[in-house]
Amino acid sequence: MLDELAEKVQSAIATIKRIPRERVSLDSTLEDLGMDSLDQLNLLFALESDFSISISDEEAKSIRSVREMVEGVRKLVSGSSGATSAA
Amino acid sequence: MAPRRVVVTGLGVISALGHDVSCFWNGLCAGRPGIARIESLDLSGLRYQNGAQVRGYDPGQHFEPARLELLDRFAQFALLAARQAVRDAGIVFPAELRGRTAVVTGSSLGGQSSEDAQFWELYRCNSSRVHPLAIPRIMINAGASHISMEFGVCGPTYAVSTACASSNHAIGQAFWMVRNGAADLAIAGGSEAPFSFGLLKAWEAMRVVAPDTCRPFSRDRRGLILGEGAAILVLELLERARARGAPIYAEIVGFGMSSDAGHITTPSIDGPARAMLAALRDADISPERVGYINAHGTGTTNNDVTETRAIRQAFGAHASKLAVSSTKSMHGHALGAASALEAVATALALHHATLPPTANFTTPDPECDLDVVPNQSRAAEVEYALSNAFAFGGLNAVLAFRRL
Repeated sequence: MLDELAEKVQSAIATIKRIPRERVSLDSTLEDLGMDSLDQLNLLFALESDFSISISDEEAKSIRSVREMVEGVRKLVSGSSGATSAA
Repeated sequence: MAPRRVVVTGLGVISALGHDVSCFWNGLCAGRPGIARIESLDLSGLRYQNGAQVRGYDPGQHFEPARLELLDRFAQFALLAARQAVRDAGIVFPAELRGRTAVVTGSSLGGQSSEDAQFWELYRCNSSRVHPLAIPRIMINAGASHISMEFGVCGPTYAVSTACASSNHAIGQAFWMVRNGAADLAIAGGSEAPFSFGLLKAWEAMRVVAPDTCRPFSRDRRGLILGEGAAILVLELLERARARGAPIYAEIVGFGMSSDAGHITTPSIDGPARAMLAALRDADISPERVGYINAHGTGTTNNDVTETRAIRQAFGAHASKLAVSSTKSMHGHALGAASALEAVATALALHHATLPPTANFTTPDPECDLDVVPNQSRAAEVEYALSNAFAFGGLNAVLAFRRL
């Protein structure tokens, strides 16, 4: 079954890094993909709009891999159901 | 010909620690942060709530209404600090000195809250016009220009904008002009007033602002705290200062600059290290003679580790014998004004033989393994001190001071 949420996160990364979507696997770390601190800020900014969520600095800091980012977003989306998470 | 030596003979400060130099210095020595909940703005929807603002400030006490119309908050601060510094130095400006006096100010943002307010009217309130005083209020050189007009000094006058290193670049240029003979006296420093909602949101997006307080070099540090204010120094020739019996706080002996030429926001180790070494070379002193560094010390995860490594790279084994403190833990990160506040702190540290502490310190970080003077000021007669400033954009500027 297609994981739409994961697909959206991976596409966002591909768009920001201007790389083919196929290169963004769930097991990649953000570092593997060459994402520096500004790329990561851009990604967080994009995901907050795409999913209407608010990602706190603390949550953002612990994320290393694409999978962690996907699961982090999933948690916020399911936890909020409309409301944004407390920052 | 004997070298022209440049000394600091006047100081002026307005900051979160109070409206004058003695409040500033007493606050620093007490390790008392001027950090509190941000006033006068609706903070809903902002991830952080604390800042180091100038409090209890009434512009009307200092400026006539007609003058005030021309002055953004950042220019008001510049003028107030300059008035204090000139009074402190006991300078009067005879005609022959006016043309030989330079004014150099640093600011990252200029009158951005005026800009914000004017453009809000235009974009959101369907105003069809922008006020004719918008441009003179917004321009980054407003501080320098108003100082020049206030005292009738008409030598080289300009502003420098290099983000968080603006004031060190400004003071360094002024120092060089006096040393090289392009001017005999300089009024130099910087000012900033960054507390507008748009700018706070922009810093929020950088994810480097602490939700609690600023704890430089501490393991549990969570980022910087934005600050505001101004600091101005009067620089003049040692000979002239002695001849007129002026107070002398310290000598400026060196200035070093570098660019990382790397990443736009991630600091390097090499760039800051090269700027520190350039300042020492300009001062013609060996690293071992330095006893204190007023650190850039923003309290972000990245800066404090990188700065520690840069200090180790520049100073080698001597890095373990140096005292290094970040006064941003108390006056906040006043961006373009930060290094002017820190230049005053460094000059006074030498003058009073007291090193201001790094406040809010809780737990050592093995990656910041320097003597950071935690929480308590320290009596220490230091001969030479550096003041570091490393800006976003990878632009580094370091001043070297000597106790006199």
